[in-house]
Amino acid sequence: MNVLVRSAGFLASVQDLGRTGLRQSGVSVGGALDPHALRVANALVGNADNAAGVEATLGTLRLQFEDERLVAWGGGAFTAQIGATDLPPGHAGLVTKDEELKLTAPNAGGRAWLAISGGIDVPLVLGSRSTDLKGNFGGYGGRALRDGDLLPLGTAGRLKERRFTNRRTHENGDLEIAAPWISEWSAPGIWASATKNGVLRIIRGNEWDRFTPEAQESFLSAAFSVTPDSDRMGARLEGPELDRVETGDLLSEAVAPGTVQVPPNGQPILLLGDCQTIGGYPKIAHVITVDLPMAAQLSPGDAVRFHEVSLAQAQDLLREREEDFARFRVGLTLHFS
Amino acid sequence: MRIEPLGDSALLVRVVEEFHPEKSLDAVLRALQALEFAAIPGVIELAPAYTTIGVFFDPARIARNAGKSSILEAFKTGIEHAIQTASQAGRFRGAPTAIIEVPVCYEDEFAPDLADVAQHAGLSHDEVIHRHSDASYRVTCVGFTPGFPFLSGMPRELATPRRASPRKEIPAGAVAIGGTQTGIYPRKSPGGWNIIGRTSLRLFDVLRNPPALFHAGDCVRFRKISRSEFEQFSA
Repeated sequence: MNVLVRSAGFLASVQDLGRTGLRQSGVSVGGALDPHALRVANALVGNADNAAGVEATLGTLRLQFEDERLVAWGGGAFTAQIGATDLPPGHAGLVTKDEELKLTAPNAGGRAWLAISGGIDVPLVLGSRSTDLKGNFGGYGGRALRDGDLLPLGTAGRLKERRFTNRRTHENGDLEIAAPWISEWSAPGIWASATKNGVLRIIRGNEWDRFTPEAQESFLSAAFSVTPDSDRMGARLEGPELDRVETGDLLSEAVAPGTVQVPPNGQPILLLGDCQTIGGYPKIAHVITVDLPMAAQLSPGDAVRFHEVSLAQAQDLLREREEDFARFRVGLTLHFS
Repeated sequence: MRIEPLGDSALLVRVVEEFHPEKSLDAVLRALQALEFAAIPGVIELAPAYTTIGVFFDPARIARNAGKSSILEAFKTGIEHAIQTASQAGRFRGAPTAIIEVPVCYEDEFAPDLADVAQHAGLSHDEVIHRHSDASYRVTCVGFTPGFPFLSGMPRELATPRRASPRKEIPAGAVAIGGTQTGIYPRKSPGGWNIIGRTSLRLFDVLRNPPALFHAGDCVRFRKISRSEFEQFSA
């Protein structure tokens, strides 16, 4: 079974949790820029964490389904409708055959992740279904989605009667659901809709000490604005120039999504999922993993500030989130079975 | 050896402090092999480059393990142990002996910056080609774009600064010089290196396993070919 892309909006692509193990070949992790949001949406529709979904960026994505599927989404301040019924972020909704799902980006932009039960069943390329938009491989034909694309869907687990409140069982045993159906339960709000509060928590990078005290101070106090040449590789920021004490060249070394590097012009770049595997610019900081969802929402014109936390705090926050997610998953399983 | 955090889900192992084309590369490769061999649970990826190895962890795994003290501390101990044990046991397989030969056509239409390199080096056009294709190289790391090999071993006199304004588009297979390094662009991409030739070798192919032709430590030689040979290779 397939889903038809009636309208792709501006920049939508198939993404899963990314490619790992290929940094030695220079292949970036890629995948959903907010892997947690995709994971939560997948959990809501009964998929494995790594099932492929759609990352939407701008405009309106309209999908028409060939069969009945559960859908869920999370991310920025988008709006979604199944037919004429609103589907809030973090809720599961049932789309029936031929029905349309609409996911609309806010004017200010942002990103959202949509999961469909069964997952998008494009072929695995280098171990992942993610689209590498720079390398033009993976996902759907190695490119962003276009109007008219027909995405193959995997087999969804059987819909269980218990999760539907408006169910009706026919005499022959068939289950009829008075569509539309939207779940009453939902994922925690903080997971389903990343806020744009403008403050990202960071830990110091290895080259922190290479910056002048003024640069260190500005970095932690000034507002930086996101420039239009930002993309899935990184959010380019504009603000006070961050000067270095010494300007000697560095050897390239591993970088990661969340790394904040500063090229010679003193304007920081916050690396995102499609970033290069290695980089030679000094790393002033790293955005902590639990704040990457917010980093993934940065759009041109947004203002962002940085707030320092300790490595121990960053890891505690990550541990907390992972424990909460594990409980959430168990809860969903109980609910569904 | 120093181990530093790289964000909250990775560590950067500084295997050696200073880069040296042969010695530091072998040390990094030894450490890489030791880490691969040790297969530390929770480690999902290793990223070697010049003097360092990035060690990436599964965040969920970090979360599960993070009990009393910092989990990065625990990984740090595991990494140190793996690298030290391996160096004692002498498990390193030694420098690779296989040489990857890269046929390169240095003719004008493929070499827009060869004149600049020649002028900078104070050498003739032919002498640049001769010296570039006569040297032995090693892959110090792969990155920038998938499959891009950074090669050390270029004769010092050929070193040429990157172009003041990078080109918007460099064709796939372009052989180029950036500072003291030479490299090959696996696919059409922007870049600031000086282009001196073209190869028809496919440096990156998603249908291959591994997808990149070159890996850190590989030995590389360039072989000068004519325009007609280049066309035969490309066919």
